[in-house]
Amino acid sequence: MAEISFWFVISMTVLSATAVVLSNQLIYSAMALLFTLFGVAGIYVFLWADFMAGVQLLVYIGGILVLIIFGIMLTNRISSVRLSQTNVQQGVGGAVAIWLFILISMVVSKTPWFTADAVEPTGTVAEVGTLLLTKYLLPFEAISLLLLGALIGAALLSRKEN
Amino acid sequence: MHDLNTYLFVAAILFSLGVFGVMTRRNGIAVLMGVELILNAANINFVAFSRFGGMNMDGHVFALLVIVLAAAEAAVALAIVINIYNNMNTINVDEASALKE
Repeated sequence: MAEISFWFVISMTVLSATAVVLSNQLIYSAMALLFTLFGVAGIYVFLWADFMAGVQLLVYIGGILVLIIFGIMLTNRISSVRLSQTNVQQGVGGAVAIWLFILISMVVSKTPWFTADAVEPTGTVAEVGTLLLTKYLLPFEAISLLLLGALIGAALLSRKEN
Repeated sequence: MHDLNTYLFVAAILFSLGVFGVMTRRNGIAVLMGVELILNAANINFVAFSRFGGMNMDGHVFALLVIVLAAAEAAVALAIVINIYNNMNTINVDEASALKE
């Protein structure tokens, strides 16, 4: 059962990611991105990262994807339908992407990765929180400043000047 | 249950698809979606290495920081895209090539 659901999640992620980059309609791409992000959250669950799966659902699907759909609705003219969503570099882009995939696959399969045995934790929230406030306190504070800056910048950029 | 390489291969597929999207899409928002795919692939790698390296939580913290960066990046990028649309009436990255009006 776990095996079936694992391969279901993997195939859903990969197929919908393919739809994201190949779909002609921008809004279909956004919908496919929804399923990709869901699939990645499922992969996190299989990797015992329950907190990361929750954050993925909240931030990516609840925040970033909604933002992207807002962007699509604000910038798409319904009247002018353009069929071609891709530029002329599709062949070159495909070749480079396949070359990158082959390169990464060779690195992945030929490297003897360090692995260690582990028992499944009951929850990861406490440990992640402890790490964030002890070992990674400086990155945590820096990223909160960056988020504040990004918020102010986005608000400044997108408001109407008069 | 599954070994590390399965997850790394999935992340490699997502990364390649994201690179393909960034290189071939004309629409600025679609390029942004490709960037999101790339960031997700990196996050899968972080969490997978953390899980198979003896459930070391550092990878989770890194993935968390990457998600926050992605949120900031999406907010600023969409503000820029909407500004480009207001000024040039298009968000196709090959048409909006002028640096000033």
